[in-house]
Amino acid sequence: MDYNKRLDGRDFDELRPMEAKAGVIKKADGSAYFRMGNTVAYAAVYGPREMFPKFQQDPKKGVLRCNYNMMPFSGAGDRVRPGPSRRSKEISAVTEKALSAVVDLSDSPNAVVDVYIEFPQTDAGSRCCGINAAAIALADAGIPMRDIVAAVAVGHAGNKICVDLNYEEEHLPDYVEGLDDKDVADIPVAIVPSTGEISLLQMDGIIPKETLIKALHKAKAALMQVNEVQRNALREKFAAVADEENGENIENVENGFEEN
Amino acid sequence: MGLLVKDKQVVVPGDILADDIGFIPGFGTYRNSHNLVCSRLGLVNIEGKVVKIIPLSGKYLPRRNDIVVGRVFDILMAGWRVDINSPYSAVLSNKETPEFIERNEDLSKHFDLDEHLVCKVTNVTSQNLVDVSCRDQGLRKLRGGRIIHVNTHKVPRIIGKKGSMVSMIKQATGCRIIVGQNGLVWIDGEPDKENIAVDAIRKIETESHIPGLTDRMKTHLEEITGVKISLNEGDYNGLQ
Amino acid sequence: MMIDQEARKHLRESLAKGIRYDGRKKDEFRNIEIITGFIGTAEGSAHVKCGETEVIAGVKMSLEKPFPDTPDQGILMVGAELLPMSNPKYEGGPPDATAIELARVIDRGIRESKSLDNKRLCIKAGEKVWTINVDISPLNDDGNLIDVGSIAAVAAILNARFPFVENDKVDYKQKTTEKVPINRIPIAVTVLKVGNAIIVDPTELEEQALDARLTVTTIDDGRLCSIQKGGVGTLSIEEIDKMIDLAVHKGHEIRKLIKQE
Repeated sequence: MDYNKRLDGRDFDELRPMEAKAGVIKKADGSAYFRMGNTVAYAAVYGPREMFPKFQQDPKKGVLRCNYNMMPFSGAGDRVRPGPSRRSKEISAVTEKALSAVVDLSDSPNAVVDVYIEFPQTDAGSRCCGINAAAIALADAGIPMRDIVAAVAVGHAGNKICVDLNYEEEHLPDYVEGLDDKDVADIPVAIVPSTGEISLLQMDGIIPKETLIKALHKAKAALMQVNEVQRNALREKFAAVADEENGENIENVENGFEEN
Repeated sequence: MGLLVKDKQVVVPGDILADDIGFIPGFGTYRNSHNLVCSRLGLVNIEGKVVKIIPLSGKYLPRRNDIVVGRVFDILMAGWRVDINSPYSAVLSNKETPEFIERNEDLSKHFDLDEHLVCKVTNVTSQNLVDVSCRDQGLRKLRGGRIIHVNTHKVPRIIGKKGSMVSMIKQATGCRIIVGQNGLVWIDGEPDKENIAVDAIRKIETESHIPGLTDRMKTHLEEITGVKISLNEGDYNGLQ
Repeated sequence: MMIDQEARKHLRESLAKGIRYDGRKKDEFRNIEIITGFIGTAEGSAHVKCGETEVIAGVKMSLEKPFPDTPDQGILMVGAELLPMSNPKYEGGPPDATAIELARVIDRGIRESKSLDNKRLCIKAGEKVWTINVDISPLNDDGNLIDVGSIAAVAAILNARFPFVENDKVDYKQKTTEKVPINRIPIAVTVLKVGNAIIVDPTELEEQALDARLTVTTIDDGRLCSIQKGGVGTLSIEEIDKMIDLAVHKGHEIRKLIKQE
């Protein structure tokens, strides 16, 4: 039999409920909180700032450095031992590539922009949730970028393409008996919304090419919704500022300190 | 076709500002085929055909002639390294101090680690090397007092037109106040008055977008301190 | 934010007049907010805000072999990581002395209160006992991580419920209603000596200006169960006496707050 009704009742194209907020960590230059279902990510940005160790500096442009970390109590089962793992290092690397595609650090040679992503709780899709939080945090920090990268994990489970897999769907045969197709494919995707360029793509599982391409199109559509949530979080933070300002005030913003 | 946003609207990277090739990309925007797109979180500013972004966040970027408040974090052979709250640190040469420094003098006697100073940015090279100087009138080590960090983008509002805003706070509280372009503010006075000054500055930060700020601050300060404030423009020279 | 001699003097003079930079009284804590039970993957959780200092603590339980010298007792371990996200002065990497001291002071405060009935955590002596791991993760550090971390740890433990065990295996998806057998609420309060002033709940700047600090953990009846002195300055016995009184008093106030949650 096929996977006909999703375990949590969602439509196959439906994302889990999302929530986002910008500016949640006061000490950071930029920060954000992003939730997708039960996966929650905090991202904090520090930078551009001087880069150490010096030998890692790039004299042509700034460097983006990402750090993905799960809090010990955030895993589905056992406690997660603190400290970097092979998995977290790899995810840090692909996160950095996903975001580097849009970030412009040409005005910050020898500097670094550090992005820290932490998870109090995960329920699959954490690297995507982390990228979503990080993208907001980078914009919040005033880092120049082409667009705000949005990410989601789509999957192929029980012959159906599902958007935004949760933990149970990632392990579907453990939860649904009698599936014809026991192969589950998990496909995290990140996109530059304005152009449709894909900046993160990973895939685990057995899948025919046609299905993958279909899944990518579904991801693209879903990612527009993710992007709306991200943009709104930033707009909301400055909603008060968007009120009508009279002309005099704006002039002050520009010329305040000309007289000395 | 044309402008898709209003002046002073909050925009986010990736927002399309105009889909007409007639508009000219200013700071914080870029062109993507015939679209003008936002690349920095901020407010839209339209002047004729030029569309630019006034950033709402982002670190202070030093410009020549800026007055900044910095912190010494390294003592070099012939000067000091100063943290000016920017992606790049600045260098204060031992030739740019208020007093003349003899050869082989112990530099830490003049400026020691973690001490703060008010100085002027004299040069920013294309490689982002920054020079500062303490030679002009009023530039010096800041003794005592306390430092607060403010949003660097709010500095013009905290200073006010021709220094009118900070001048009001100084009058009302009797504190010495130096507002660095880089978002560091030095305040020195009686402890309770300092707190009033800090609260006033935080108030300006959060309410800067609401019209009538100057009058509101004047009323607020007069109420809290009982000091009658006269709005004098031209009072402020940034240094005391 | 580092502080030089004259700035430190300025801060002390202000405190000597009873005025703190954020307008608080010397014996006043910042506004404390506690939320519990919001992390589904944890057996217990707490999110504590104290002014701008923000900490999350989570409890994970597992079945392990006991320590050989206590074969019939369960295990409690408190860990803390100084996450670089919470303060630019923290670099990533293995915990340094500050991080380890934070974890150990909070751990000892809870352990020495003897509030946990370890024997009730024993399933089969010598073979299987419950291990309770409490992990503290700061999100934003504006001072006083010890006290805030401790509140979060205790609140998370009180919030925790044992997971189901089926056929000797833990089923983390299901929680029982069984609480952690804890009969006292230890509260750590760090009291600082800055110049001649004694203050509680320091901001990051106040911490940098301290002469000495005393973290005093107290239990419900006002007795002390753990003390840690920090800072390079010294304390007289009279000062220690006063600081402990303050810690006991504040401990009672905070205990009430935690019980309310």
